[in-house]
Amino acid sequence: MKASKVDKKTYYRGIRMIPYDLLKEVTIAMIGVLGVVLILSAVLSSPDVPSVTLQSWSKANPVDFLTTATGELSGSTVVAGYGPPYNSQSGSVQSWGPLSPQQWAGVHVPVNAPNDFVLQPLTQATAGDADLASALTTYKAASSDQQGKWLTSYTTALGTATVAADGTVTVPSGDFGPVSLLMDRMLTLARSGGLDALLLTSDHFYQTDFSRALLFLDDGGYIADLATQQKLIGSDWGVMNETGRYPGSAWLWLYTMWYQIPPFNSDTGFLGISAANTDLAVVGVMLLLTVLLFLVPVIPGLRDIPRWIPIHKLIWRRHYAEMRRATAQKGP
Amino acid sequence: MTDVSAPVPVEPAPTAAPSVVDDETGWTASVRRRVEKTLPITELLPTKQPAYIGSWVYVFGVVTIAALFWLVISGVVLAFFGSAWWHVSSVGHFFNSTHFWSVQMFFIFMVLHLWGQFWGAGWRDGRAKTWMVGVVIFAISVGTAFTGYVIQQNFDSQWIAINAKDAINSIGFGGLFNALNFGQMYGLHVMLMPIGVTLLVMLHIIQVRAKGVVRPIDDPFQVAQ
Ligand code: HEM
Repeated sequence: MKASKVDKKTYYRGIRMIPYDLLKEVTIAMIGVLGVVLILSAVLSSPDVPSVTLQSWSKANPVDFLTTATGELSGSTVVAGYGPPYNSQSGSVQSWGPLSPQQWAGVHVPVNAPNDFVLQPLTQATAGDADLASALTTYKAASSDQQGKWLTSYTTALGTATVAADGTVTVPSGDFGPVSLLMDRMLTLARSGGLDALLLTSDHFYQTDFSRALLFLDDGGYIADLATQQKLIGSDWGVMNETGRYPGSAWLWLYTMWYQIPPFNSDTGFLGISAANTDLAVVGVMLLLTVLLFLVPVIPGLRDIPRWIPIHKLIWRRHYAEMRRATAQKGP
Repeated sequence: MTDVSAPVPVEPAPTAAPSVVDDETGWTASVRRRVEKTLPITELLPTKQPAYIGSWVYVFGVVTIAALFWLVISGVVLAFFGSAWWHVSSVGHFFNSTHFWSVQMFFIFMVLHLWGQFWGAGWRDGRAKTWMVGVVIFAISVGTAFTGYVIQQNFDSQWIAINAKDAINSIGFGGLFNALNFGQMYGLHVMLMPIGVTLLVMLHIIQVRAKGVVRPIDDPFQVAQ
């Protein structure tokens, strides 16, 4: 008869049974763990670094903000060229050989960078601002060739822009068409906090989706700078870290480890895995490992490891000693 | 009530109730029979256990339950007062700290338990499903922690959400599971995922109680393997 089918009496034959108070043990564990949690909380508290807003970003680093906004308008940012699920570009689409689940899944969180991040919020802010309204009209009426020229020269000029003590940004003059006014208004709007709100507006009243505001932040350099200061960058095992000196998601050590080693972080790659499709490769490897962990009990070899590396001798040390004594008493 | 006119029984009434033969039919009766057979109450709440459970590895399972319990309680308090509360109230911040440290303890204990079960090959003698449910619990717990991080409404949430999105997008799940959508993450974190973890932990414990704790590897009295 298989051991899994026998009743408990047969299963435990030869085993010494001891009195055991399950509920008492659980209660002691509850109280003990609560004690430790309360002490840790009282002594160490927990991290809470305030969120970044478009307002705080545009005040702290207006040139980075303007560069990003200009990039959104010209469609040259990461998000503008991302691909699914945001749009039908392909800049951030990952694939492995013919496999590209990202491509297959299609667009589900539509983001049109020039419109959603710049033109739409500015249009909503035109009330009482005839200059802005006419700049928008001029911009939209221009050929895309012309728009591109304005945007390129404005972006170049931003490279040598200066910021005064009061936060005023001075951009060297050039042929920017309506772009300098549009960007000037973007900055004013962001600094007033209005842009944070406008990026959340939708065609219904309630709103809990922060996709657009977060994607805009992501395109800038400011939030990444803050994250670098906090050692939260992915190439620094940042996935495991927490703001301040707190423990983070230590359980993600294996997941984030792959990002630190070749071929996952290499440009040349191996077996089609490289820095260009790291995410897909790492998630794939982790899914595979999770399935293996799930199947450990039925995979010969894997399930024998604990027999080969006898840590169980330590776990049940007293039991094995007791068994040896019993056998010795009985004689050979 | 005794009927005085009835004939005196020939045999004395038995002191204990005779074992009832459960021959009733129907769904309810058969489910009851099955439950009684797999997990009688004396096994669910045992008062005797094999002596070999006097090992430190057996502590990890129990303390994981304890950490999960305080994790849920502190989470309920945070959810009750709303997502913005703990950023502005010092009492709220303290409850957030208890939630934070319960998470850390929960994961430390669960991982120790996982390794303990691995090195003791806790899946032997028909306990493979117990292990498999454990792995599912681990995976869902990682997802629950993730959704928790992205709904903190602070810098950490923003940064984690924008970083994690690329990994989720790369496998084609970005539309289904949008880490940048606070509402979706909030619902998953405060309701669906904790309920999932809790139900699976209950199943896990029922599985353990139904089978009994597995015997040590290669002990001399091993029943047929
Ligand atoms: C919330 C998470 C979990 C809780 C609360 C939990 C709780 C428990 C408890 C109380 C036991 C009884 C024996 C003992 O305490 O060691 C047990 C047994 C077991 N657990 Fe878990 N567990 C969890 C996760 C896991 C994970 C992640 C795995 C493995 C991947 C796992 C695998 C097992 C196995 C195989 C047994 C049966 C061991 C035996 O028969 O001796 N559990 N679990």
